[in-house]
Amino acid sequence: MQPFTTHTGLVATLSRSNVDTDAIIPKQFLKSIKRTGYGPSAFFDWRYTADGQPDPDFELNQPRFDGRSILVTRNNFGCGSSREHAVWALAQDGYRVIIAPWIERNGQRLPAFADIFRSNTAKNGLLAIELAESEVETIFKSVANQPGLEASVDLAAQEVTLLTPDPVRFRFEIDPGAKEQLLKGLDAIDLTLAHADDIHRFERDHDTWL
Amino acid sequence: MGKTLFEKIWSAHVVREMPDGSSLLYIDRHLVHEVTSPQAFEGLRLAGRRVRRPDLTFSTMDHNVPTTVDRLTIADPVSRAQVEALQTNCDDFDIQLYGLGDAHQGIVHVIGPELGQTLPGLTIVCGDSHTSTHGAFGALAFGIGTSEVEHVLVTQTLVQRKPGTFKIDFSGRPGPHVFSKDMVLKMIGLIGTAGGTGYVLEYGGEAVQALSMEARMSICNMSIEAGARAGMIAPDETTIEYITRDERPFAPRGEALDRAMAYWRSLPSDADAVFDRTLTIDTGTIAPQVTWGTNPGMVMDIGQPVPEPDAVPGYSREDVQKALDYMGLVPGTHLTDVDLDVVFIGSCTNSRIEDLRQAAAVLDGRRKADHVDLLVVPGSEQVRRQAEAEGLDRIFKAAGAQWRFAGCSMCLGMNPDQLRPRQRCASTSNRNFEGRQGKDGRTHLVSPEMAAAAAVAGRLVDVRTWLET
Ligand code: SF4
Repeated sequence: MQPFTTHTGLVATLSRSNVDTDAIIPKQFLKSIKRTGYGPSAFFDWRYTADGQPDPDFELNQPRFDGRSILVTRNNFGCGSSREHAVWALAQDGYRVIIAPWIERNGQRLPAFADIFRSNTAKNGLLAIELAESEVETIFKSVANQPGLEASVDLAAQEVTLLTPDPVRFRFEIDPGAKEQLLKGLDAIDLTLAHADDIHRFERDHDTWL
Repeated sequence: MGKTLFEKIWSAHVVREMPDGSSLLYIDRHLVHEVTSPQAFEGLRLAGRRVRRPDLTFSTMDHNVPTTVDRLTIADPVSRAQVEALQTNCDDFDIQLYGLGDAHQGIVHVIGPELGQTLPGLTIVCGDSHTSTHGAFGALAFGIGTSEVEHVLVTQTLVQRKPGTFKIDFSGRPGPHVFSKDMVLKMIGLIGTAGGTGYVLEYGGEAVQALSMEARMSICNMSIEAGARAGMIAPDETTIEYITRDERPFAPRGEALDRAMAYWRSLPSDADAVFDRTLTIDTGTIAPQVTWGTNPGMVMDIGQPVPEPDAVPGYSREDVQKALDYMGLVPGTHLTDVDLDVVFIGSCTNSRIEDLRQAAAVLDGRRKADHVDLLVVPGSEQVRRQAEAEGLDRIFKAAGAQWRFAGCSMCLGMNPDQLRPRQRCASTSNRNFEGRQGKDGRTHLVSPEMAAAAAVAGRLVDVRTWLET
C-alpha cells in the first residue's frame, strides 16, 4: 500500500451530510471483480446527467475544483453499505484526504465518518480527518471565498494547514493503529501473520461449535 | 463489576492485545457473498496465500441473482461473471457454497441462522453491513470491508478496537399492528443515523424478550442504520428453541449441545453490568413507522404530515430540502394521500417466514390495487419452500403479487428487480437512500403488514384503522 506522510493539494467542498456509500459508488459498479477502474464512477448519480455528461449543478463538478485531492464534507460521511468500492472510487478519483466534522446531537458526540467506511480508508491510503464543526465551517467559508485554495496535511504531526494568506492550522486526532498503517503503508495481513503462533495456540482450545 | 453480553463475547475471542490498544480478535464464522469477495480472493492468489479455516467459512449468492424462474441463466454478463467467480473461488479454496439452484441458497443473513451456523457467543463477520442481523442470537456479528474479508480468509482474525456499549431498552408492549420493524425505525429516528456509531447496541426490555427470533433479527439487522456495526439480544429460551429445531444441520447436538447451552446461559449481561450509554423507549407509544426522506432516520408515525425543512432535529434545512425534492414531496403532505407504484416485500430485514405470514394475513381474500406492482421475495429457498407448504404463495398470487425465488431482489437492485426513475415504493427493506432500489426510485420503509395493506390500498395507510374497516 502507498504510504501517507504529508500531502498538499486543492480543496473541494461537498456540502451534504449523511453521504452514504450507495451515493459514493452506486450498485451497478459493484459487479466488477477488479480492484481498479472505479474513479470515474465516484458520485455517479450526482455527477452525470441522464445522457452521461458531467452535471454542471453538482458541486464537485465546478471547474474551480479541477485537480482537487482534498474533499471537505459534512458529518456521517460514508454511512450505509460496507462496500470498500466506495473508498477505492474516491482514492482512484484522486482524493487523498477527506475532512468532515463530528457534531453534537442530544448531548452526544456523533462521529464524522461511519465506522466501516473509516476502517476501509486506512487500508487504502486514504486519510479520513475528523475536525470540530466550527473548524470545518471555517474551511467551507475559506474555500468559497478563495478559489484555488490549497491545504497541506502532515499526518505525523496530526495537523491540517489551510494555505490562506494567513495560514490557519487545525490539529486532529487519529487512531494510533490507523496512523501507523498509513504512515508506513503497512500490509495488515503481514502484521497479523507475525502472530501466527498466538492464533494457533488460541485455536487449540477454542470452541467454535462446528 | 459485572460484564455485558458484548464484553463476555469480546474477551472470549481476544487472541492478543496489540501495543496500540487494539485487539486481535478470533472469528468463528465467516460468511461470504459474491459482491464483496472477488477482490479478496484475488489478493490471496496474488500473494500465494490460502484460506486458513475453510471449515468456518460459508458462502452463498444473493445480491446479483435474478429471482425469476429462468434465474439459472443470468442474462446480465457482468453479474454472471461475478457469480461464476464465486463458484470458482469456492471450488479453488474448498469453501462450502450454497449457490444458485441449491436448496439452501438465499440472502446470507437469512441462511446463516436457518442452517444453525449462527449461534450465541460466536463472533461472525461478513463483507456486508447487515451482518448485524446475527446479533439477534447473542452473537457478536458485524460487517467488514473487502480488505478485512481477505484478512479473515488468511488469518481467521481481525484487528479491532473495542467499541462502546449502548443499551436500548424497549419497555412495555407494542400496540396492535406494531412490529419490531416499527420499533427499530422509531429508535433510529430518535438517536439518528450516526447515533450508534462507535457502539455495539444491546436491545432488551419486556418488548424485546417477547419477540420471536425472526422479529429480533429485523431489529438487529437495522442496527447499522443507526451507525452501529453490531446489535445484540441476549440468548434465552426463545433462542434455544429456534436453534434446536430439526432443520438446523450445523447446530450442535447431544453432548456438544449440553455444553453449548450451559455457555449460552452464562452470556446475558450481568445485573450490575454498566453500559456506556442507555436509552429507554416506551414501546406502547410507538405507532407504525414510515420513512419520508432519503435515510432511515428520516422517519415518522404514519398519519403525520411530511415535515417542514427547518423542523427536523438533527438535519440542516438544505439536507431536508434535498431529501424532499428527491422524494417528490412537499411539506404538509400526508403520505396516505400519495399513490404508490410498487410494493416490495423482501430483503434480509423482512423476508423470513413470519414476515411472509404477516403479509399473507393482510392479503388473504384481498387484491392489490391495479396501478401497483407487488413483489414478494422470500429470503431463502428454505423460506420459499416453507411458505409454499403453508399455502402462502397461493394467497400472494391470488392477490395479484409476483411470487419469486430467493435473493436480495429490489432491496438494492443489482439484479433485474429495480425501480424505474420516480417510481414510488413501499418497501420492507432497510435503506431508503437515493437510488438504492433503482436510479431516482423513491423508497418508503415500512413493516410487512403496512406494505401488504399499502399494496391493496394503492397508497400508504394506517394499517391499524384500515384493517378495521
Ligand atoms: S437484502 Fe439488501 S441489505 Fe440485505 S444483504 Fe441483500 S442487499 Fe444487503
